[in-house]
Amino acid sequence: MEKSIKRYMPIFVLPTFCAFIIGFIVPFLMGIWLSFCKFTTVTDAKFNGISNYLDALKDTVFRHSFWYTALFAIVSLIVINVIAFALAMALTKEMHGTNIFRTIFFMPNLIGGIVLGYIWQLIFNGILARYSTALGLNEWYGFWGLIILVSWQQIGYMMIIYIAGLQSIPGDVIEAAQIDGATGWQRLWKVTIPMMMPSITICMFLSITNGFKLFDQNLSLTAGEPSKMSEMMALNIFNTFYGRTGWEGVGQAKAVLFFLLVVTIGMIQLRATRSKEVQQ
Amino acid sequence: MKMKKVVSVLLAGAMAATLLAGCSSSSSDKKAEGDAKGKVYYLNFKPEADEQWQALAKAYTEETGVPVTVLTAAAGEYEKTLKSEMAKTDAPTLFQVNGPVGLASWKDYCYDLKDSDIAGELTDDSFALMDGDKMAGIAYVVENYGIIYNKALLEKAGYSAKDITNFESFKKIVEDITARKDELGFSAFTSAGMDGSSDWRFKTHLANLPIYYEYKDEGIDTTDAIKGTYLDNYRQIWDLYINNATCAPSEISTKTADDATADFVTEEAVFYQNGTWEYNNIADVGDENLGILPIYIGVEGEEKQGVCTGTENYWCVSSKASEDDIKATLDFINWCVTSDTGVEAMCKDMGFVIPFGSNLDSDNVLVNEANKYLDEGKTPVSWNFSTMPSEEWKNGVGSALTGYAADQNDANWDKVVTAFVDGWAQEAAAAK
Repeated sequence: MEKSIKRYMPIFVLPTFCAFIIGFIVPFLMGIWLSFCKFTTVTDAKFNGISNYLDALKDTVFRHSFWYTALFAIVSLIVINVIAFALAMALTKEMHGTNIFRTIFFMPNLIGGIVLGYIWQLIFNGILARYSTALGLNEWYGFWGLIILVSWQQIGYMMIIYIAGLQSIPGDVIEAAQIDGATGWQRLWKVTIPMMMPSITICMFLSITNGFKLFDQNLSLTAGEPSKMSEMMALNIFNTFYGRTGWEGVGQAKAVLFFLLVVTIGMIQLRATRSKEVQQ
Repeated sequence: MKMKKVVSVLLAGAMAATLLAGCSSSSSDKKAEGDAKGKVYYLNFKPEADEQWQALAKAYTEETGVPVTVLTAAAGEYEKTLKSEMAKTDAPTLFQVNGPVGLASWKDYCYDLKDSDIAGELTDDSFALMDGDKMAGIAYVVENYGIIYNKALLEKAGYSAKDITNFESFKKIVEDITARKDELGFSAFTSAGMDGSSDWRFKTHLANLPIYYEYKDEGIDTTDAIKGTYLDNYRQIWDLYINNATCAPSEISTKTADDATADFVTEEAVFYQNGTWEYNNIADVGDENLGILPIYIGVEGEEKQGVCTGTENYWCVSSKASEDDIKATLDFINWCVTSDTGVEAMCKDMGFVIPFGSNLDSDNVLVNEANKYLDEGKTPVSWNFSTMPSEEWKNGVGSALTGYAADQNDANWDKVVTAFVDGWAQEAAAAK
């Protein structure tokens, strides 16, 4: 049985593999090639060396968006994971209605980013209008608005992963710790969290890369107002691509830089948390 | 806006489907299918005219058998849609650019229209967009914008359009209406929305006026470095707009084009800066109540100024398309502006004024009102905003205007000036 599965593996893999090549590998390689080109449409490009990269690095708005995005990624990482973990702890207790609450917390995740952005924009602006100001007038309103939005959206998702992690911890370990006289706090830090490290790795990886890649929520909530001050990296790339005549290549170069950055940060973070994982 | 896009894609899809169905059912009666080899794919810029274009395309196909596809880009999404559509195998054969700056991106894709039939139909060569010796684009509609007003409401406030001859007189009336707002039950201006659907009215169209006067002073028609001579006038008119509107100045960043239209149609405001293309959306006010005023910004001698008249709609034929398709496209646009059906659709259904010999009298009240200024011998303001260096520049000015509106002081106005003047130089230098 296993042998025949192995023999037919290429056939089973083929559809997905084709889709992966068409949908990922080809655009990716084309994107890298285009970052060294001057072009108007992607099928009609002329090589122009590294000048796109030089322009990208000279762009002060891009540098601002990098710091803004980095700060956003860190804050959202902490907020989302702490709250999601706490909710997971609460909702794995033996209580009535935990399933209903899990569903409720998970539901925001099913709504698309653009829709969420516009809805929250109405909510925030409705509140801010009372103080005769608006979301688009201060970059930090936009910042905290985005934090609230993504927390609301992603906490439920991370919570589900944490719940799965918590449920996989064998009860006898905790019980043994309890008999040995460990307090609740000690049990959390010395037993539960170390045993949860695989879930924590995944959740942190997801939330930090989501934080860096955030695009649709940013576009619909603040659109970079005021004056590009709340423009995050993905949106900056998008705007560079379309904002000026002849700058498509620069946008592409920024996208490649952005890719390298997210990969590097993701790898560092994976390595750091992986090393703390314990064998059960 | 997303919704609009989806709808237009669906419409285009539905149309394509009906085309196919049409072909299969009528395969027995051979119309002109024999000589119709090419096809036309038009990427339309004007969402407000989408329905009419779809109908016109269908009429053309019925008459000649040449398939015509019309896809409409959502408001503000044209360049993005064009960029992705042009990369496809079945790329648009007919698209449009907004003027010299837009042409810079697309000049390698423009077929030389000099020897085309449609070029011979133009009433004036200034309606052709030239790239050196090449005729890259041909304007297909001439539009006007200014301050649209509600005659009945203005009368109710005790004034008529005759009282408004320059900025001073306009300002007095506007401020009087604001002072008596509660008693009258309406405001002077609709909301000056700076949401993406509406901010072009100010960062592009209103900004045209200081640029127009500066170009006029200098005797130029484009520049790499604007001086901003008339920015104080820009500030005056902007102050007037935001402080006499239906909403507080701090709220404008959230107001959309629909909000402004609604303010006007529900008679909550007298004045609405927009153009002749808006006619269908505000026709509910009643033809007899609609009028349009020039935008006065307080420049000497502006009593002689008319409304802003020009075009940012140039048809370009894709030079990358196959020869058959190019020919089919040229035939199609020529048909649009010469055949009875085409002219009727463009002039009546879409309400355009077309710069071709076949132009008909318009049913669009705003167009006729705007033409009165020409008859009175007023000088129309040309559309210079197509020389604005980039989208980035417009966005920079727009953000600064929004920031200033929320907190109106000199420091914030200086940011508008910086975005306007320094931003212009930067963006002009950045263009490749």
